[in-house]
Amino acid sequence: MKSFSNRYIYIYSTVLVVVVAAILAIVSMVLRKPQDNNIKAEQMQMILQAANKTVERVEAEKVYNNYVTTELGVKANGEVVAKYTNGKQELGDIRPFSLNIKDEYKKYKANNNDAVLPVFVYTKEDGESIYVVPVRGIGLWDEIWGYVALKSDANTVENVVFDHAGETPGLGGNIKDDPSFPASFVGKTIFEGDDFVSIAVEKRVGKDNPHKVDALTGATLTSNGVSDMLKESLKFYVPYFKSLKK
Amino acid sequence: MANNKKLITTPFSKENPIIVQVLGICSCLAVTVKLQPAVVMALSVTVVVMMSNLFISLLRNTIPPRIRIIVQLVVVALFVILVDQFLKAFAYDVSKQLSVYVGLIITNCIVMGRLEAFAMSNKPLPSLLDGLGNGLGYGIILVIVGFVRELFGFGTLWGYRVLPESFYNAGYENNGLMVMPAMALILVGIIIWVHRNKNKELVENE
Repeated sequence: MKSFSNRYIYIYSTVLVVVVAAILAIVSMVLRKPQDNNIKAEQMQMILQAANKTVERVEAEKVYNNYVTTELGVKANGEVVAKYTNGKQELGDIRPFSLNIKDEYKKYKANNNDAVLPVFVYTKEDGESIYVVPVRGIGLWDEIWGYVALKSDANTVENVVFDHAGETPGLGGNIKDDPSFPASFVGKTIFEGDDFVSIAVEKRVGKDNPHKVDALTGATLTSNGVSDMLKESLKFYVPYFKSLKK
Repeated sequence: MANNKKLITTPFSKENPIIVQVLGICSCLAVTVKLQPAVVMALSVTVVVMMSNLFISLLRNTIPPRIRIIVQLVVVALFVILVDQFLKAFAYDVSKQLSVYVGLIITNCIVMGRLEAFAMSNKPLPSLLDGLGNGLGYGIILVIVGFVRELFGFGTLWGYRVLPESFYNAGYENNGLMVMPAMALILVGIIIWVHRNKNKELVENE
């Protein structure tokens, strides 16, 4: 077997690693745009899904631009600080769609009053406005998130959509995979009179309770996670929702 | 030339990475719930084995033996990340389904096994073909397992419903066990059983 000097080994490994790093950096830059577009389209698809509009991902952006006429950025006190309507920024600097929801939720959890979260206003064919808001929390293994759509009374649920990073397939994963779970939220209400009560996910609640839905079998901790996620996330929007109800 | 052909055909049966060498079982259990991710995983592994085999074979005389495993890892990692990036850009849904398993191709024993056993001591063309053969040999098992699991676990193939509604009305139900990883292991066991029955020379003598 040939023997190699230490010097050769050092130079060899350095050159190899630098070449590989350069290739990866170039590919990453070239593919960044289509990758970002995929993520953006998926987000639009989820928002539309929450408002009961099912579309293929390739069409998501077109349909989104047609139906989601207004995006708002709101603060925890209900103040609207950003508005983006029909392709134009009317208020504030940042388009609410491009807000980093994860970071903003972190600020909110840290009691930072600067947190700004988006509200997507979806206009139905009959002119009714649907308010779609993002929710974010922790499941059993990892993060869970989704969108909740409220009818124009800012109280009744139009539809919800959930996704997760790593819940158990067939159990906790059913928050996304089993259509009957999101469907059980439809028609529930988040306010009791003027008080915010959210929607709890609990065992054996039956169909008639307006503020509770049945938990998933074998996924108690994921169900609790959904419950907490809705409570914490929707609470942020309560002042804004109340301003709509007036 | 006859030898080159053999490089592609033997991994399908007598040298199959999964059912004879029992390598790459982990991903075989994880990504075969449905047919589509199984096929994409098979293609991804094939591309990675082929390209790394080719590159390591081209470099084989320059690689210092003392750091050869690290060099192999760097090359494998390069191709795995490239595959992952391309999937994220052009096959987003599948890349979400495969999630961490694309990254874990790096640790797939088949890849390192072929580099050590073949590419380090053979010329580029045979190495490329060896990678192709082994990738496809791995893939064929994945596809068989994925086919059975999706058909009986969901009643669909490639996401399309193939079992008619009348079956379900007549009391047929999807088999939930098929969706669990354990069933993939049982299926691989059955394939090994059938395969050894046909190839007696593979059966170890007591």
